[in-house]
Amino acid sequence: MATKQPHTLKPEDKIFPNLDGSGDWTIKGYQKRGGYKGLEKILKMKPAEIIDQLKASALRGRGGAGFPTGMKWSFMPPAGDKPNYLVVNADESEPGTCKDRDILLYDPHTLVEGIIVGCHTLGAKASYVYVRGEYVDEADHLQQAIDEAYKAGFLGKNIMGTKVDVDIHVHMGAGAYICGEETALLESLEGKKGQPRMRPPFPAGFGLYGCPTTINNVETVAQVPPILKKGVEWWTQFGRPNNHGTKIFSVSGAVNKPINIEAPMSISLKDLIEKHAGGVIGGWDNLLGVIPGGSSTPLLSAEQCENVLMDFDALREEGTGLGTAAVIVMNKDTDILRVMSRISRFYKHESCGQCTPCREGVGWVWRLMDRLSQGDGTKEELDQLFDVTKKIEGHTICAFADGAMWPVQGVLRHYRPLFEQRIKEHAAKKDIKVKSA
Amino acid sequence: MSNETKQQASYRGSHVQIVDDENTYVWPKKVQPEIKKLIAKYPKGREASAVIPLLKIAQNTFDGWLPTGLMNLVAETLSMPPVRVYEVASFYDMFYTKPVGKHIVRVCTNVSCMVRGCYKVLSEIEDELGMKAGTTSEDGLVTLEEFECLGACCEAPMMMIDDHYHTSLTGDKARELMKRIKDGDAPAEATK
Ligand code: FES
Repeated sequence: MATKQPHTLKPEDKIFPNLDGSGDWTIKGYQKRGGYKGLEKILKMKPAEIIDQLKASALRGRGGAGFPTGMKWSFMPPAGDKPNYLVVNADESEPGTCKDRDILLYDPHTLVEGIIVGCHTLGAKASYVYVRGEYVDEADHLQQAIDEAYKAGFLGKNIMGTKVDVDIHVHMGAGAYICGEETALLESLEGKKGQPRMRPPFPAGFGLYGCPTTINNVETVAQVPPILKKGVEWWTQFGRPNNHGTKIFSVSGAVNKPINIEAPMSISLKDLIEKHAGGVIGGWDNLLGVIPGGSSTPLLSAEQCENVLMDFDALREEGTGLGTAAVIVMNKDTDILRVMSRISRFYKHESCGQCTPCREGVGWVWRLMDRLSQGDGTKEELDQLFDVTKKIEGHTICAFADGAMWPVQGVLRHYRPLFEQRIKEHAAKKDIKVKSA
Repeated sequence: MSNETKQQASYRGSHVQIVDDENTYVWPKKVQPEIKKLIAKYPKGREASAVIPLLKIAQNTFDGWLPTGLMNLVAETLSMPPVRVYEVASFYDMFYTKPVGKHIVRVCTNVSCMVRGCYKVLSEIEDELGMKAGTTSEDGLVTLEEFECLGACCEAPMMMIDDHYHTSLTGDKARELMKRIKDGDAPAEATK
């Protein structure tokens, strides 16, 4: 286990200083906080230089997969006959995740500036921001920020005399979790059902409208300009190697003060909950389990929560993942089996219907979870359920089905005795009924 | 928890029915500039990208839902085969292919909201409105739905009324908001 990391950031080290919405989110406030300063210098850097710095920073995607951003950006060919595109994924819908919403609402210019830098680096002249359909007020703020940036000369043609052209378009979805998957997002953006594409070809070669495309999460894109302005050393002082930087954690559920907080990467989960989120309702000893990175990541048991650090590698070692860093806390008042069955119902609702194992399997798993969570079943069915999740995982076009199966595997791993107890109780009740009939 | 237990295969769009109608529709003058602007966001030949925004305008401008005639108008505007538009309309949760209430109330019942008591809030809402989730009130005023995570989990429990979020709900606050809808004073902006 690695050494303990600090749990707070100095205000000047925050990339999203207005995340709590206390200040002015318009361009005036953003510039007062130092926004757009140094942009001109970045736009004069060569794309290859920028990519080198991103690689050195070890920035990893904040949308769930944690892929190194510098490497992803290096896959883009230079703009040729076909245009290059930067597509921003603001289709935030992983249950528990609510960080991009607050960026859009309270610090939208961080994203706008990130897109300008991203487009320059990727040789793109246009960017589409795919905002989930329900974020009406959020998209309004973003659009206003974009309008302000055009007016101030940070968007459009030949930005600040650097010969860089960037246009940003906001595109809204209409309610479908799967559109957060990058190729489903592209399909949706092209006006189709959001069903993931087979890969290869990868979007960097054949993405939006068949053109080279990079898709990144809101937070990732917004973090790029500060890394370039303040330097790799500043960035890598936070978090453990290969996991560096600052990160927004969304702490929700059974805590006294649910919060979106930007903190150093590799902060301990216990610090995150106790120092930032007001602690577990009923005290630390009342903790039952935590979902560390959105609904797709397997549960951590209360014992695991004691020492675990919040970063990509530490959570992988615990058999789960950082995902979107959406920490859902459950205490002993929570019916954890019912919650997990609700999560299965979510995946059943969201399956796009394309691959058979997912389309048929996710519903099957939910029905069994629903029954077993109430004790209506047998111990053999617990094994059968686990077995089926293993047969679904890894057999579909996209990672959706994996994300649907992992939480089920996690709850079976850590809370099997609870299932068994319910099965026993249920059987006893039935017995009484049979006898009295 | 839910009466869906007995359904077999169920995935996006699998239970959506489309209502045929023979009517033809035209875009009212007032939305035409917006439509033009929307289509212009996308490269030439890629007008189909505007299908979601246009379906939304269609839904909002007419009766809050999408009969086939209206979807045909979208198809014609974007030079798309109508079936492609039907596919899109049946895939996304925010489109309705049968009549809905004047106001749409979506209560998040996903995990963070569940841990913080959304089902209690939902039952207060059902009680106040005298209707169940998943139905439309007889007077056509409200459609009430359980919805998946709306991305405001740190302000759970929460709901969406028409276009706006209402967060950190208590039973009382939820009732208050329902009363406003019944009084013809539905909230037109978000509350925290
Ligand atoms: S779980 Fe309700 S808003 Fe995310």
